[in-house]
Amino acid sequence: MEMDWYLGLSAVLFTIGVIGVLTKKNAIVIFMCAELMLNSVNLTLVSFSAQLGDVHGQILVFFALCVAAAEAAVGLAIIIAIYRNNLTVDVTRINLLKW
Amino acid sequence: METYLFILFATLAVAAAIGMISSKDTVNSALFLVLNLISVAGIFLLLKAQFLAVVQVLVYGGAIMVLFLFVIMLLNLSDEEHMLSRFSVRYAVGFFLGVIVLSQLLYAIASVTGTLPQIHPEMEQVGTVEAIGDALFTVYLLPVLVTAILLTAAVVGALLLAQRNISDKVNK
Repeated sequence: MEMDWYLGLSAVLFTIGVIGVLTKKNAIVIFMCAELMLNSVNLTLVSFSAQLGDVHGQILVFFALCVAAAEAAVGLAIIIAIYRNNLTVDVTRINLLKW
Repeated sequence: METYLFILFATLAVAAAIGMISSKDTVNSALFLVLNLISVAGIFLLLKAQFLAVVQVLVYGGAIMVLFLFVIMLLNLSDEEHMLSRFSVRYAVGFFLGVIVLSQLLYAIASVTGTLPQIHPEMEQVGTVEAIGDALFTVYLLPVLVTAILLTAAVVGALLLAQRNISDKVNK
């Protein structure tokens, strides 16, 4: 099995995440698309680690998972705080910083 | 056998990702993301990264997605119809930029295609809990401790942010 296919799958998943972030309006779905992008990068790291037979790529993925967990907790708390203030999670209606 | 399993998991992952960004219901999106993460865990297994496959299912598919589902339940977002609109400039620009990103990534991959080696034969020993734990608790001991501080800070920060009426308490 060629490594190119794993990298290609990772690229496709990352692109789907990018399209989701750019087109969706619901803040929670945008956040889930960001998780998808993080995960596709993890797939790239694991496939390079597998072809080099090196453990360091997998350790980087482990730390990326930890950061993703922390990011999910803080990000969802921010979404809850925004919902309390604005009663919406529609990112087009949260326009306090809009010029 | 490996090729068939890869095709199965890859199709499942891509289909679940497309389902996630195209479904109208937020809960359906979250469940599609769980399916996607579990398919990627299967691909980790094909790459002989057993430890990361298990951690992926436990941490991502379990803990993080349960957190997402709890927040969706708390916010009770039932009126999603107005959030999904018909075709608009947003969609056109989003897909255009997405195609640009995809073509860049595939161009980068195509330049190295054929030169990449197969899965390393020693990979069976590298992806185990033993090998990763050995590296984590010797060479990477300090980063592991820093990660503990990071997670503690994240928990405290999340509690503080999600607290009810934080401004009222400050004003009193």
